Amino acid sequence: MSEIKNYVLEITGKCGKCPSHLMDILIAVQNKFRHIPDEAIECISKELQMSKVDVEQTASFYHFFTEEPCGKYTVYLNNSAVACMMGRDKIAATFEKEVGCKFGNVTSDGLIGLYDTACIGMNDQEPAALINGVVFTSLNDQKVKQIVSAIKAGKAVNDLVTEFDGKENAEMKSEVKNNIRKRGPVLFAEYKNGASLKKLNEMTPDQVITEVKNSNIRGRGGAGFPTGLKWDFCSKAEVKERYVLCNADEGEPGTFKDRVLLTLFPQMVFEGMVLGGYAIGSQQGVLYLRAEYTYMLPRLEKLLAEMRTKNLLGKNVAGKQGFDFDIRIQMGSGAYVCGEETALIESAEGKRGEPRNRPPYPIERGYKNKPTIINNVETLCSVVQIIDKSSAWYRTFGTQYSSGTKLLSISGDCKFPGIYEIEWGITINEVLEMCGAENAQAVQVAGPSGVCISPKQFGRKLDFEDMPTGGSIIIIGQQRDLLKDVVLNFMDFFTDESCGSCVPCRALTPVLKKKLVKIMDGKGVKGDIDELVKLGKTMKDLNRCGLGQTAANPILTTIENFREKYEAMIKEPKTDGVYAFDMAASVKESCDYAGRKVIIHN
Amino acid sequence: MSDNKIKFTIDGKECIADEGLDLWKAAMLNGVFIPYLCHMKDVVPAGSCRICTVKVNGRPMAACTTLVTKGLEGAVVENDTPHIEEMRKMIVELLFVEGNHFCPACEKSGSCELQAMAYRYQMMVPQFSYNFPLREVDATTPKIYLDRNRCIQCKKCIRSIKDDQGRSYFAFYKRGHKLDIHIDHELAATMSAELAQLAMDGCPVGAIINKEKGFDVPIGKRKFDKEPIGTEFLNVTKE
Repeated sequence: MSEIKNYVLEITGKCGKCPSHLMDILIAVQNKFRHIPDEAIECISKELQMSKVDVEQTASFYHFFTEEPCGKYTVYLNNSAVACMMGRDKIAATFEKEVGCKFGNVTSDGLIGLYDTACIGMNDQEPAALINGVVFTSLNDQKVKQIVSAIKAGKAVNDLVTEFDGKENAEMKSEVKNNIRKRGPVLFAEYKNGASLKKLNEMTPDQVITEVKNSNIRGRGGAGFPTGLKWDFCSKAEVKERYVLCNADEGEPGTFKDRVLLTLFPQMVFEGMVLGGYAIGSQQGVLYLRAEYTYMLPRLEKLLAEMRTKNLLGKNVAGKQGFDFDIRIQMGSGAYVCGEETALIESAEGKRGEPRNRPPYPIERGYKNKPTIINNVETLCSVVQIIDKSSAWYRTFGTQYSSGTKLLSISGDCKFPGIYEIEWGITINEVLEMCGAENAQAVQVAGPSGVCISPKQFGRKLDFEDMPTGGSIIIIGQQRDLLKDVVLNFMDFFTDESCGSCVPCRALTPVLKKKLVKIMDGKGVKGDIDELVKLGKTMKDLNRCGLGQTAANPILTTIENFREKYEAMIKEPKTDGVYAFDMAASVKESCDYAGRKVIIHN
Repeated sequence: MSDNKIKFTIDGKECIADEGLDLWKAAMLNGVFIPYLCHMKDVVPAGSCRICTVKVNGRPMAACTTLVTKGLEGAVVENDTPHIEEMRKMIVELLFVEGNHFCPACEKSGSCELQAMAYRYQMMVPQFSYNFPLREVDATTPKIYLDRNRCIQCKKCIRSIKDDQGRSYFAFYKRGHKLDIHIDHELAATMSAELAQLAMDGCPVGAIINKEKGFDVPIGKRKFDKEPIGTEFLNVTKE
């Protein structure tokens, strides 16, 4: 029997030949064979009793599953807007020179593959890359040379990291820095692990829900749905088998707060899930962790095991008779859309990360089609503090309608990129001062799917009434070309990350990008700007999920706030007619195809 | 089906429908045509083509995935408005430029729902430039051939054509603008003639074509050659 078949039999056997574990199986195959061989797909389909195309449709959906071998060592260099601002292109050139192949390729000996990847959650320490799951940050030419020569000498990537920021990162053997710039009053408030779970003996599930409701906390992932209400609805579902999902698929370019929470307070995250499980009457939680954070997995698994031995998970959790709860971790494999809660559910079930139609909402039919609550990492940590301290305490922070604090992930052109816990209601001007950003040209609030605002609006506030945010704040300095460095990068991102289900998202996003490039190339006409606005607005009306609805936002919000930048690129036509048509280029293209000599008569 | 009847209006027309139906079907039963491409009888709606988007109390929703519930009682639904119709025309145009649709040479001409929609919206030439993508034809299975040039990725074949164990003959491949449709060669090798016919009939365009058989109805006498799409439920007439 071949090695591939042997291996597939071994891992499919381990997970009970269950199709819902397809992601885990594919991740294992990719890691071992550095691609998903056709033979493996064939064998998996037999073992799981699926058709081959059914396996293939999941395998081909995710960025980190490859059809061809991606090298014994695979370098995924971040190409997000901030990575590029921080010198990604120069680092890429150094990688190409040292490795000896271009990006998108593998060296002829199959040793090293170079690939681009979307934001890996390291915007505060770019340029950064993932090499076989290990994160390398603050890259410079010298460091790249050392890494490549060490790899060529056959060293394990893990051993290349020698300096650590704090004991948590040391435990993960990770060189990622926490970069905490401002410790706020909620998430960084003193907390003794396990304290919130002791309260279970004094509180009924309804009391937990009431306390969460009274805190007025709203989801911290970006959508801002009231957490207490979500739990309440789910607890009243008819079906008794229920699930708690934690969304740790932090994919919005520019956010990295969950990375820090999962590094510093992982037990709080898990305790938050337990509280949710107790409140809604669930026995099983799933933490969905993005593939980029695989380096955290062993430490998180170890912690889960410890919590089980301390009776903080398992039977009669924390001594509460009759309350059984456990947590498993589901790894993703590179898909921004999986941050959308229903896509996340699909992915956790081993399928393509395509958002579902709603209704039904997850609180009625979620994971395994059972009632499910899905909460962001930060939300769950806040809930732990609320239960430990009280909702009244929590409400003393923030504003009347936006209670509590928010973690901001600040990156881009500022002196102090990193994590800031702020109270809702802070203005952008205050944020800029706090992070040492002078003379900013623009600020991208809430990531590519959010808004790009101009200095005129820096007096605006971060809260649910004015500008809500999942926490991504990108400062864009005067030296940047806003359209090229930011808007175009974001449009490329959305084009790549669309799941493709909805026609407008799949087909219109590339059209919008093309029109943007046309304007940037100096071939645009005045009507193109209004056309972009008109088409962009249909994206919000027509698409099913948040990704599609907001994919035109980079263009729409920059036209709204920086229209002059677009207009400056429009050359007025000298004559009426077709302005965008380049006769000479077109004749040349035709001649090239026909293999004829180009002769252009003026 | 529930006994509860829900009342609402579509473009001012009073409608009444059973609770639990989808809005697209409810509209149809009330003699209102909402354009469709991915909707399929007796199959759970996918809501992927988005051409059935209507406004419910001002909010855009895909009619096929919106359920008639108590919340819809008294709702004002907009269907045939210039804004909505313009967006629908745009969807048709996007599909035309995204693939390679050469109607005169297509076996499905006259029975093709995409072509019929283009006629409905009087599309002369799309407002977008053609992509002319390179798409492969898969003619390796015995009963059908898959012409991806014409595929609009409506998912109908994926959703409806399964074997007796629930395994799929068709599935998506990749994502976003690289999305493609694949057919399972092993399953397709033993596909029955009936299932092949069902796959072809279900396909709204000419992406799935039966082999070894010509056509019973000549071009010019096919469904949409005789009357425009949607006529069967029409009180609604387009000028």
